Amino acid sequence: MKNQNLNLKVHYITRVEGHGDIYVNVREGTVEKCEWAIPEAPRFFEAMVVGRQYSELHHITSRICGICSIGHTLASLKATETAMGIQISEQDLKLRKLALHGENLQSHILHLGFLVLPDLMGVGSVIPIAASNPKEVKTVLRLHRLANEMSNLLCGRTTHPQRLLPGGFSKIPSINELTAIRQKLKESAPDVQAVAGLIKALAGKLPDFTRETEFIGLTSPNEYALYDGKLSSTDTGIAPVNEYLSYTNEYIVPYSTAKRAKHARESYMVGALARLNLNYEKLSPMAKQTAEMFDLKPVCHNPFMNSIAQLVEVVHSLEDSIKLIDELESAGLKSQPEYNKPEIKVKAGRGIGAVEVPRGILFHDYTYNDKGYCTKANCIIPTNQNHGNIELDLKALLPKILDKSEKEIELTLEMLVRAYDPCISCSTHALKVHFI
Amino acid sequence: MKPKVAFFDFAGCEGDELQIANLEEEILALLDQVEVVSFREVMKEHSDNYDIAFVEGSCTRLQDEDRLKQIRKNAKVVVAIGSCAAIGGINSLKNYKELDEVKKTVYGDSARLFDTYAARPIDSVIPVDAYVYGCPMTKEEFLSVVKSLLLGKKPDIPTYPVCVECKKNENICAFERGQFCVGPVTRAGCDSCCVNEGTICWGCRGLVDNPNENSEKEVLIKYGLTVDDAVSKFSLYFGWQERRK
Repeated sequence: MKNQNLNLKVHYITRVEGHGDIYVNVREGTVEKCEWAIPEAPRFFEAMVVGRQYSELHHITSRICGICSIGHTLASLKATETAMGIQISEQDLKLRKLALHGENLQSHILHLGFLVLPDLMGVGSVIPIAASNPKEVKTVLRLHRLANEMSNLLCGRTTHPQRLLPGGFSKIPSINELTAIRQKLKESAPDVQAVAGLIKALAGKLPDFTRETEFIGLTSPNEYALYDGKLSSTDTGIAPVNEYLSYTNEYIVPYSTAKRAKHARESYMVGALARLNLNYEKLSPMAKQTAEMFDLKPVCHNPFMNSIAQLVEVVHSLEDSIKLIDELESAGLKSQPEYNKPEIKVKAGRGIGAVEVPRGILFHDYTYNDKGYCTKANCIIPTNQNHGNIELDLKALLPKILDKSEKEIELTLEMLVRAYDPCISCSTHALKVHFI
Repeated sequence: MKPKVAFFDFAGCEGDELQIANLEEEILALLDQVEVVSFREVMKEHSDNYDIAFVEGSCTRLQDEDRLKQIRKNAKVVVAIGSCAAIGGINSLKNYKELDEVKKTVYGDSARLFDTYAARPIDSVIPVDAYVYGCPMTKEEFLSVVKSLLLGKKPDIPTYPVCVECKKNENICAFERGQFCVGPVTRAGCDSCCVNEGTICWGCRGLVDNPNENSEKEVLIKYGLTVDDAVSKFSLYFGWQERRK
């Protein structure tokens, strides 16, 4: 029996970063309202950084997000370095790529193990799973800790990095520390396989839902693009990063403090699934095998598969990190002075930094005056770019599940939002279902 | 019976709540000691029946005051976690600007749709019983404060500046390296983590009790900062504390 009348209000959807609400109203079998609203308090970073010196920008904008603070720091440094015409060394580039892998691993494992798994196992949080499946939870925790050890080694801290500076690093790990973490990464293969097996056994719980959309991310001819690349869209092809504003086209809806974005269609999607759809061929061999295990092939239009794409990226990040450390070792790691502060020749200019962070493509765009003070800033966050796509997915999904119970409808809508792994604090610069 | 605990967040990056996930295996030990009844970021269940409330983030708009007051009413103990909740944090940077301008910079013509006021720590709205400082807080300090609370003791928070820890760690002073640092007026407890990593103290734990701010500003100027830049070093994290005086 279809639900002829339904008023749902998920106020502060749980197991996502930040505050978001879903409002649904169905009357006589017709969906009258299906909204995705963000009530999160806005924080105004773009205004806060104006007047601050170039050496502080990465420190301030890192605070946009606790979970992807390494990604924000890197996008910020790239923007500042582009504006001032600074080139970093090949070694520092590899170390930054490792830092980004550390964060992607940490964030994806947290999402899969703590936020998605409870839905697949029919419970409200990871806490009961810790009691019912202690072995599996400990495996997830081990992987999470390894990812954090990696971030700590590269950044001096897991959250809000310290060592990353304009032009390079204040301190770098020793080759012994790097090879020790490489050994741990190699030894983690059975843990990753165990997590993949666990999710594979439960993957039938992921709804089979498809809505065609546009996917946007970075792409590179040389690698699976994360730290650097050109803009790429499944609809319109490749463009230079400095054309990003014609891709993001931000707009505001009155019921939400988070901005939205659209490009070739009414909305687009960014994140692990977008990256996989755009750059599948560049994934590491074991990552491709993991994708095959779940029959995940480009172009996949099922947003619920974003969680599986994250799992594929976990495997890729582990393999690519091992490769990067091999390369650093064979090139011979160059040491640098203690308390290193790279020389920066301050100049006026504008720079755009684009980085693929766990939830998708992130842009920082700064303009500096000739004294090195920021005069204008723009940050476009992955979750902002996804908000419009989330709402259109909710609208497309809801009529297909009206024959389910109200509880199941609510859970399915929440699962859809969670699949995007939204980072709402970041995007208000959302989640609750309100059925009203 | 295990004490019931709840976690809440306001304007912030949730980096402090993330430190709880970062406890890794120690989470399981913590769960033996407390019952988590509300933690929106990781669990669907929610209850208003709790003994200890941990609050992250600053209060940045009037409408959030009601939510804070309700938390205070429900909890026996309220703990501010992280710089935003404890001292106002990086959010207070906007307090130095015209708020209408700030709104317009970010939201343009739609600025009128969005509320904001000067960012502030939660103790400017409700009484707070304990603080875990830092941006982000460290998991070690969080565990130490939780242990004290469970034992009914007052948490041991340093009342001396970061320099004390920094000297103990045998770091070369930032000023000696030609850099600028607010460690002399910042509350210790972080083990001078940022200087250990080769940078400077940015002041994230807020002003120490009885800081000698004028002398610090004089030092900054003596080592070559302009008056404006010296003031600007203070505004990064001390915005609300400076204003309150």
